[in-house]
Amino acid sequence: MPSQSNPGDRIALLQGTLDLLILKTLLFGARHGQGIARSIQRQSEEVFFVDHGSLYLALQRLEDRKWISAKWGVSENNRKARFYSLTARGREQLTEKTSEWQRLTRAMGLILDGEPSGEEV
Amino acid sequence: MFRRKRSSDDFAEEIRAHLALEADELQSEGLSEDEAQRRAKVEFGSVQTARERFYLRGRVAWLDDLLRDLQFAVRQLTKRPGFTFVAILVLALGIGASVAMFAFVNAALLEPLPYKDPGRIMSVNESDTGLPGWPLSYPDFLDWQARNKSFSSLDVYTGSGYLLRTGSGMEAVKGERVSGGFFQTLGVHPMLGRDFNPGEDQPGGPNVVLLSYQAWVRRFGARPDVTGSTVDLDNQVYTIIGVLPRSFSFALSGGAEFWAPINRLSPHEHFRTFYTFFGIGRLREGVTVQAARTEMRTISAQLQRQYAVTGRDLNASVLPYSEVVVGNIRPILLMLLGGACLLLLIACVNVGSLVLVRSESRRHEIAVRGALGATPARLIRQFVTEGLLLAGLGSATGIAFAAVLMRLLSHMVPKGMASHMPFLDGVGLNAHTVVFALATAFLSSLLLAVTPVSRLSVQKVRDGLMDGGRSAVSGFWRRLGANLVIVELAIAVMLLTGAGLFGQSLYRLLHVPLGFDANHLAVVEVSVPGSVFKTKEQSAGLYREIVQRVTSLPGVESAGLTSKLPVECNCPTDGIQIVGRPYHGEHNEVNERHVGESYLPALHATLMRGRFFTAEDDASHPGVAVINQTLARKYFPGADPIGQRIANDEAGKPSVWQIVGVIDDVREGPLDVAIAPTEYFPISQTGDPFFTLAARSAQDANTLLPELVSALHQVNLDLGVSNEVTLNEKIGTTQAALLHRFSAWLVGGFAATALILGVVGLYGVVAYSVGRRTREIGVRMALGAQRGSVYRLVIRQAGWLTLAGLAIGLICSLGTSMLMRSLLFGVRAWDPATLFGVAALLGLGSMAASFLPARRAASIDPNEALRSE
Repeated sequence: MPSQSNPGDRIALLQGTLDLLILKTLLFGARHGQGIARSIQRQSEEVFFVDHGSLYLALQRLEDRKWISAKWGVSENNRKARFYSLTARGREQLTEKTSEWQRLTRAMGLILDGEPSGEEV
Repeated sequence: MFRRKRSSDDFAEEIRAHLALEADELQSEGLSEDEAQRRAKVEFGSVQTARERFYLRGRVAWLDDLLRDLQFAVRQLTKRPGFTFVAILVLALGIGASVAMFAFVNAALLEPLPYKDPGRIMSVNESDTGLPGWPLSYPDFLDWQARNKSFSSLDVYTGSGYLLRTGSGMEAVKGERVSGGFFQTLGVHPMLGRDFNPGEDQPGGPNVVLLSYQAWVRRFGARPDVTGSTVDLDNQVYTIIGVLPRSFSFALSGGAEFWAPINRLSPHEHFRTFYTFFGIGRLREGVTVQAARTEMRTISAQLQRQYAVTGRDLNASVLPYSEVVVGNIRPILLMLLGGACLLLLIACVNVGSLVLVRSESRRHEIAVRGALGATPARLIRQFVTEGLLLAGLGSATGIAFAAVLMRLLSHMVPKGMASHMPFLDGVGLNAHTVVFALATAFLSSLLLAVTPVSRLSVQKVRDGLMDGGRSAVSGFWRRLGANLVIVELAIAVMLLTGAGLFGQSLYRLLHVPLGFDANHLAVVEVSVPGSVFKTKEQSAGLYREIVQRVTSLPGVESAGLTSKLPVECNCPTDGIQIVGRPYHGEHNEVNERHVGESYLPALHATLMRGRFFTAEDDASHPGVAVINQTLARKYFPGADPIGQRIANDEAGKPSVWQIVGVIDDVREGPLDVAIAPTEYFPISQTGDPFFTLAARSAQDANTLLPELVSALHQVNLDLGVSNEVTLNEKIGTTQAALLHRFSAWLVGGFAATALILGVVGLYGVVAYSVGRRTREIGVRMALGAQRGSVYRLVIRQAGWLTLAGLAIGLICSLGTSMLMRSLLFGVRAWDPATLFGVAALLGLGSMAASFLPARRAASIDPNEALRSE
């Protein structure tokens, strides 16, 4: 973990969810790594903390799998940056992973919200 | 999949971009520039960790480490090309020599003979006192075959020469007569045609012959339809019934080309006391060699009693066939392999100490790497990789070198001798040899890897970092380095002693008194077709004509005929009795030679008493004999042998020979065997169909050889003429001379290499220690030490190492010399001259090796030495 000044209300990302978040972020157009990190943090209302090392590793992994593609470009404030965009395969994966995730959260919700079925604790 | 991997630099660039973008954004949120940059970094976390994780992504860490270790090792080796070259060369010498020697040992002693179940094949013969492998007579063979229960089959073979009629005349060829089951006993099947049929080896059987593979290829163009065709051997028509397989060889018959069944015995082959057949048997399952020997001894004794055979002390001998074939060269081969292994050891030690010196000079590097976080395991792995790389390169070069050496050595064996060593064809890089090569490679890598590691483990990282570590001579290194040098010197002493002893043996062997003048003698073997000259008178006429024609050739001083040349063999022998003396069945075994009257004078043999033979001594006159001094001394001590008569059983006929002359000993047997009593009979009185012509030339005997051949063909085109050579060359290539020469040269080569390695190793240790003690010597000189005392200081160190190496080496070499005592000729195992010579040579070498560093030490400028730190 990179810093000790980690606010207590931040949650480390679950294993495997980072890939899905990245894909989702890229659905609305090409972004660079820093943009992706900011976007995830912002959209989760600062709940998720993105470990940047893991983020870049995940980006590389997705690129290796050809779910996203990357090329060097120039940012809006004229800085050189590496821009990532979804590939066709990435889109398929996004749909698939999203429905997978939704089924998972639903199942988790059912269990966590439901009444205990056995004897009282 | 195959696209180019993204570089770490590109990744670093991206992270830099990230930090810049983040800082921009933070700045736009109102932070100061410095604060924005700081926050961006803090938010990102460890850039280094991210880069490391990127780097390690998808890699197998140990393989990656290995590759980097290898890269590093290669860089280390190429950075010091001199060290690398020397180390690889030294290793290659050691590994090459030992692998090549092992290839010979393997081919001769380990590879099975090309027969079925070769371990059960036994050489089954008589043995006379001191003469193992005495042949059988044919009647004995038949009885042995019928009576024994130890062998599932028992057969005999006997060498035979044929005159083969070819398009261009007669050619003498080697053949072998064998009993019918010979090939079945060996478990060999013809590759073409058939084996002998039952009955073909009975008296009056057909003239059939099997071809050796080589004869089939060379003389019949490898024609597949050769079976059924005929050849003319000794003016008789033989039908070819088959061809033996390529793998077939029979060492004891040399390169025999024609294999015929024994179905026609010569008159004397019917006699029970005419010993000319060699037995070979296949031991039954479950019968031991010892049991078979006991049984055959009983049978042999029974037969001797039954037929009242006297005159010889015969005792059946049963020996494993492989023992008979390689028994005499086994000790030499093993000794050479031992020498080569010593060389390998010294080479490994030498390279090991080189590596050690290198690791010493890399103390600082190791310490720095350790301080930067390299674990000991990681450091050790680096050194092991370097050791392995070096050993691998050395081994690869060594194996290539071994391949060259094997070819070279095999080719150095003369053809005649090689035909009795069929295993030479098996010398090469086969499975066994490769395993041995890999084993040596493994051991040397182990040594090279372990040496610096052992050095590493005793060293504390902190010591290495301290500057002081540079000037104090490391006690550990000094001890280990010095001990290694002592080992090297001791091995060098052992090899030098061996080389000295073999060199002396060879010298003495080649200078053994011959009793005749071997220079300027040209010799050629002649065989006379039996159908051409039937009577002794006809033969005597032929002998006369040959000698006359050859003597009249320009440049020929004299010429003569003999049944067997000198320096060949103490054979054939004859059992004699002295006429007029009581005889109680003693074994009076003497060499028997049939010679023309001009032969002994042509040899320049020295007549001691009486006369040589004359032209009068022919079949129409009573038998006469010339004897050598040894015979005279043994059988006529203190008496004049001239006029005495000896009796024998000449070709199955009781004969009497009057002694007319005594000559000084002519060496008839091999160089390394004591002179045996010898009798000479006139060839005109015996009438031999095979003989050798010896002609003494006024100039180089080589120029005479073609003229001798054509002169013989002018006498009669049907004469078989073969093996024309000078006598000196023939003597130089006898087994005794060759084995001694091989041993002397090979061990000499090993020893020279070992001496160089040992002395260079000593130089390394002394020079290294002087280099390390520069400051100490500087202090000593500043305090008033004289140059002479500095010299003494350095030379004393070298002297102690040399003395220790010499002492250990001399003690060990006494042991090794005793082991190889039986291989020496004319020199004692602990020959003081050799030992002294070795000590002197090594002493001189060591003085030379220590003089250079001593001079460097003495010329140290104290100011410089003290300032340098």
